[in-house]
Amino acid sequence: MIDADVGAAAPLPAASPSRARAAGRAARANPLLVAGGGIALLIVIVAVAAPLLAPVPADAGIATNPFAVLRPPSAAHLLGTDQVGRDMLSRVIYGARVSPVIAAYVLAIAAAIGIPLGLAAGYFGGWLDEVIMRITDVFLAFPPLLLALALAAVLPASLTSVTIAIAATWWPWYARLIRGQAASVAGRPFIESCKALGISRWRILARHVLPNSITPLIVQVSLDVGGVILVASALSFLGLGAQDPTPEWGLMVAQGQPYFPTAWWLVTFPGLAILVTAFGFNLLGDGLRDVLDPRGAILR
Amino acid sequence: MSLEISGLQVRFGARPVVNIDRLGLGDAEILGLAGESGSGKSMTALAVLGLAWSAGADVSGSIALDGLELVGMPERELRQIRGRRIAAIFQSPAAAFNPVFRVGRIVADALARHGLAGSEAADRVASAMRQLLLSPDLLRRYPAQLSGGQLQRVAIALAVALRAQVLLADEPTSALDVTVQAEVLELLRELRARDGMSVLFISHDLAVIAELCDRVAVMRQGRIVEQGRTDAVMGAPGDPYTAELLAAVPVIAGGQGLG
Repeated sequence: MIDADVGAAAPLPAASPSRARAAGRAARANPLLVAGGGIALLIVIVAVAAPLLAPVPADAGIATNPFAVLRPPSAAHLLGTDQVGRDMLSRVIYGARVSPVIAAYVLAIAAAIGIPLGLAAGYFGGWLDEVIMRITDVFLAFPPLLLALALAAVLPASLTSVTIAIAATWWPWYARLIRGQAASVAGRPFIESCKALGISRWRILARHVLPNSITPLIVQVSLDVGGVILVASALSFLGLGAQDPTPEWGLMVAQGQPYFPTAWWLVTFPGLAILVTAFGFNLLGDGLRDVLDPRGAILR
Repeated sequence: MSLEISGLQVRFGARPVVNIDRLGLGDAEILGLAGESGSGKSMTALAVLGLAWSAGADVSGSIALDGLELVGMPERELRQIRGRRIAAIFQSPAAAFNPVFRVGRIVADALARHGLAGSEAADRVASAMRQLLLSPDLLRRYPAQLSGGQLQRVAIALAVALRAQVLLADEPTSALDVTVQAEVLELLRELRARDGMSVLFISHDLAVIAELCDRVAVMRQGRIVEQGRTDAVMGAPGDPYTAELLAAVPVIAGGQGLG
């Protein structure tokens, strides 16, 4: 065992004077996190401030302007107008209130289901593990998009349905991930120490296994924001999710598609919004992975 | 405080891994439990803690703590005894602490589990830390920031703060270097002398056992092949296996095994 020596050799600047300075140092050491976090923050700001930023807020809704359809980008409409004359910039901005929010709901639901099941399966093992993992196997046996598609097709076409459909296909991945972590944590000596201290199994699970298992999930969740947005957009694109006039990016791409040869801006800008969002959250996830690995942080 | 083990059997399925007719740990005694890896030493400790069951083993026979039968005791009551009356320290101190919490939080949490909070808990921890020559600053650090020796002493301090009467020490010095090992042994001796703590000291290292223990029990394939006063057993081993183990100890004074 070398751990004793490693510990002794690390009288690191633990009681560092300033948390802010440490954060600044971490930021410089981790440009991915800064870039990803910046994009994520930007999207949140755009979503929150949409009524202030959008030149024509009404165009995010049911407004139509029959005399200004399919105008190319210009000073009046920076991103052009769509097939019913709505300002594309306003719709793309309001779209920040749709897709990222769906992603947040989906991931929250998936985590809320996946974490407890994965913890129980990994920590207790035995028949409980078998039952839970076989159930996840059933879900994982289908390609995720296909299963979401089938569920969304059964449910009435709405954003709620899309959310439910995607969450239902997403949680088994989290249950799996947490299960693997929890099973490995369960075998570590400090869990034995906890038991030897008379700590109850539920408390061990919640206070000791969970915090040591959650890191990869946090990373995975932030990486998945982009994925969920893509799936939600795909479902809306296929007409199973958001309905006009909801300014959902995927739906906007779908609706702009027939006009693509003559009006490229209908597809391009919502598509770019999806791209930037997915990319930003992927960067954030990668950055978090670097930062959240506690051993990595200590050795740094 | 005494611990009486009799007719103890720990089995995995049909395979017995521990089969102890009789083993007693007296008040303020340090009993060494020696034997090679896989001889059932650690499983005996787990059985005493009531944890062999959760490792998937069947336990039968009797383990009595001052006449209180531990085998078959409901989990809820066992939890009151674990930590509080029977504490344990393990081989790898660096791995025995949850890495995501500060040491002080782990200690405070353990005390709180046994109904000790607030200023009484703080006093107990402070005095235990003093007793083990640990700076209270260590409580604000994370386990990875402490050395193995410091962590092992914190683990012992925790047992002291909880006023444990029996300490199960499962290879507590094997992962430590020799000077730190000597410190920990000295602390164990002191605890016995001052607090009357009984210690079950599990080790494969006969040199350490000879130095520390009043009595020694030698285990092989789950059975106690020999037990008695340390000097008697070491001086004139009655069992060939003990003689073999002794022969494996380097002769140079103060030398160490493979620990």
